[in-house]
Amino acid sequence: MKIKSALPLPLRIAGPLLIALLLAFVLLPVVVVTIASFNEKAIIVFPPESYSLKWFERVFSYPDFQEGFKASVVITGWASSLALVIGTCLSIAVKRMEFKGKQTLLAILHSPLVVPHFTLGLGLLILVSQASIQRGYGIVILCHVMLVLPFVMRSVYVSMENLDERLEQAAASLGASPVKVLFTVTIPLLAPGLFGGWLFAAIMSFSEFTASLFVTTQDTQTLPVAMYNYVREFADPTLAALSVVYIAVTAAVLGFANYFLGLGKILNIEDGH
Amino acid sequence: MRSGLRPWLVSPAVFVAAGIAVSLLAVFQYSLRAFVPGSLDVGGLTLDNFSGLGKSIYLGAFTNTLLLSVETTVFSLLVAYPLAYALVRVKHRALKSFILVVSITPLFLGEIVRTYSWIAVLGNNGFINGALRKLGLIEWPLQLMFTHFGVLVALVHVTIPVVVLMLATAISHIDRDYEKAAQSLGAGPIRTFVTVTLPLSMPGILASITTAFAWTFSAFATPQMIGGGRVPTVSTLVYQLGFSSMNFPLAASLSVCGLLLTAAALAALGQLTKRLKTVGGH
Repeated sequence: MKIKSALPLPLRIAGPLLIALLLAFVLLPVVVVTIASFNEKAIIVFPPESYSLKWFERVFSYPDFQEGFKASVVITGWASSLALVIGTCLSIAVKRMEFKGKQTLLAILHSPLVVPHFTLGLGLLILVSQASIQRGYGIVILCHVMLVLPFVMRSVYVSMENLDERLEQAAASLGASPVKVLFTVTIPLLAPGLFGGWLFAAIMSFSEFTASLFVTTQDTQTLPVAMYNYVREFADPTLAALSVVYIAVTAAVLGFANYFLGLGKILNIEDGH
Repeated sequence: MRSGLRPWLVSPAVFVAAGIAVSLLAVFQYSLRAFVPGSLDVGGLTLDNFSGLGKSIYLGAFTNTLLLSVETTVFSLLVAYPLAYALVRVKHRALKSFILVVSITPLFLGEIVRTYSWIAVLGNNGFINGALRKLGLIEWPLQLMFTHFGVLVALVHVTIPVVVLMLATAISHIDRDYEKAAQSLGAGPIRTFVTVTLPLSMPGILASITTAFAWTFSAFATPQMIGGGRVPTVSTLVYQLGFSSMNFPLAASLSVCGLLLTAAALAALGQLTKRLKTVGGH
């Protein structure tokens, strides 16, 4: 810790203070919405005069949230798993093989990182209406696969960089077929990275809103879309309560992932050298 | 690896890429079609949609979106850099995990939860106004909702996590020997940071600028819910034109202009990156 001890005293205090303030800024809305969710009144008022758990009860009994949750689970499950399979296959091909149009393919697949989600949503909506396709689960799942695939590919690619190819060569030289090498050596070695990629894809897909707004219908409306519709109709703290549940579950999942897998490793943040 | 596997590995991804390409083509195609009021069908080819975009409401939305994107990029970098630096360099394990989880959890909450939480902070009866009134500093609530400032604060908050991640990746890959070398040559900690650490994290900074800009340009729920129609952006107008006026051709042409603008901004940034690399002598 040479660097720290060499700093003048005011800076040594200012650094941690700044970090604390910035963390407070990031946490502020989370803390405020948590307090708001226990507000007894039907309008959010700070500070709350009386407290109640009734908005949490409403979260679990409101039909649109139940339906939205179910739709989100179905869409997220399919989208993140498909994205994982597609992304893993492609990453292996990209790393190990040369094929025509590789760069174009990658550029298109990465474009949802910069192409606005409302543009992609609008495009899919126009597409299904022109082709007279029904806006069912298939379209929403396809839409989510497009959006989360770049994240999965990044995660898989990072773990492939750390893969020792000699292990695969050893298996092949002992007579294993390419498919057998893939399933008995490559994929098991990649497993932590694959799980990380899948988890990220799942959380992103579950929370995706803008593109979903364009491509969902009443039947396929995801939880975030149901939440948006709720906030346009009602001003009560139900959405605050739902946000708290959402935050708690997400933080727990990330906390577990950090404990068991080391998020830093998955995200490629490790202080080197 | 034998090439017999290749079609199996590549074709699912080609299907997804085709989906993306065809969706974008659909937007381009619609932007050139005439709007038939009262119908979801479109008419013949026309350029009217684009000439119609000269109206002040659309130009205003474009300048507003650009301004918000630039401001958000600058402020989120200013907030995220110290967080990313601390995240990488803090030695204490629990503290490191705490900073990591706090900075990235918001990324996974989605636009709705984060934006709604900001409504609870910024509203007339929200946290800030409540606190200021309790302290006796104000009598009437400050107008924070439905303002440019309110939208900006929430957008910065939305953008911080992803910028922290990108900067942290860049900072973590800096070879510490360069810093040690600078210090052994007599540079103080501040000078080391400014002349060594900061320039070496430039790739991460440029990548963050791209992402922050694109994300803000793309944001919909935040300007819609906090702006309440009084802070028009390209995304809110596209939605409004599509779902309130059913004018999908005009919505599509607005999207196309947005896309071209994003592409131009990213290309300019790419040029800048190239120039910085030549200056750096690599």
